[in-house]
Amino acid sequence: MHEPSVGALTVNRTPAVDAAADVALAQSGDGHAFERLYRGHVARVHSLARRMAGPDEADELTQDAFVRAWEKLGTFRGEAAFGTWLHRLAVNLILSRRSRMGRDRQRFDDADGALDLKPTAPARPELAIDFETAIARLPEGAKHVFVLHDVEGYRHDEIAGQMGIAVGTSKAQLHRARMLLRGHLEPKAKERGRR
Amino acid sequence: MTPDQWTARLSEYLDGELDGAERQALDAHLDGCADCRDTLAELQRVTLRATALSDREPAADLWPGIAARIGLPAATAARVSRLAPRRWSFTLPQLAAAGLLLAAVGAGGLWLAQRSWSPEPAAMAREPVAGAEGSKFRLTRNEGDDAYDRAVADLERVLAENRSRLDTATVRVLEESLRTIDRALARARTALDQDPSNSYLNAHLAETMRRKLDLLRRAAALATASS
Repeated sequence: MHEPSVGALTVNRTPAVDAAADVALAQSGDGHAFERLYRGHVARVHSLARRMAGPDEADELTQDAFVRAWEKLGTFRGEAAFGTWLHRLAVNLILSRRSRMGRDRQRFDDADGALDLKPTAPARPELAIDFETAIARLPEGAKHVFVLHDVEGYRHDEIAGQMGIAVGTSKAQLHRARMLLRGHLEPKAKERGRR
Repeated sequence: MTPDQWTARLSEYLDGELDGAERQALDAHLDGCADCRDTLAELQRVTLRATALSDREPAADLWPGIAARIGLPAATAARVSRLAPRRWSFTLPQLAAAGLLLAAVGAGGLWLAQRSWSPEPAAMAREPVAGAEGSKFRLTRNEGDDAYDRAVADLERVLAENRSRLDTATVRVLEESLRTIDRALARARTALDQDPSNSYLNAHLAETMRRKLDLLRRAAALATASS
């Protein structure tokens, strides 16, 4: 058991208070506290980057997001949870980076390697691909909206604001993504049993 | 409306974004259209699959690169176990900062909870609702509360007897932290008087009580060890 020493107190703390304390310490320049924040949030940020931009860019975007977060920590006022603030920062960074590279415009509607729209029944199980892979192959606009709405829980008005599109466009892209992905679901248990 | 036009509305239907008339019309269509019912079921499976996706950490540790870019020495950065229970050791300035944060977190959480069940939280705080005493959800004192009070009293007595062994700065930080926690306890109890069944408030009160006990226990151990 840890023995308390003069001048220091050891306390058990909850995750929420841990994070709040680490944010305060990081804002004062404590790199150790910022590393703890990184450890606590890197999986979510990296998964977001991987789904939005692909595995090749995920590492770089994740690093950029945390560097940006460190630079902007002074603007974090605690109105939202740190994770929410970091996540929005990462979304904005990823979207602006993709937009600047001109990939959205080129691949929004007619992407090479994108899934074909299949209005019919789901694909045969033996042809099914991993759901994450199927998301990665969605056309860029549909993918971004799907990840933000169905995976991350953003509302259409938030997505529209962040992506600079109309709410109706966001809804249409979401429906398109879902229609594309339904052919790449794992077979239901009953269907698996027949095989 | 053509079949394709019905299909195009299924995601909005699924997300509850159609108005009453549109929803009724689509309900009527679904009653007679097996294809649309199947498509709707598939879309629902897609959304469920999406919410079940789990996050993965990057294959390589990205921290050294981040640390280098923001001017931190990666080699000396804290190594945090991802599985072991966390126990933090705080210096006095950090403890003081944490005390202020506890107040902010507690007040913020209470504000959010109150906001969800009262349109006028300020008025509610001034004028307790009559009859709350009789609510079936009201927390009642029990043996656990008495044991808690005894434990707090014992620790406070030990601390008082050994207070002189602590340096002035430690005592100041400790007293401020205890005042912060006591204010949080008072706020939680007042709020619970108004809404005894609020699960957040009950959990918040229990957590704050535990926090006070923990701080007293650590402080008492520190004082008795400083002989």
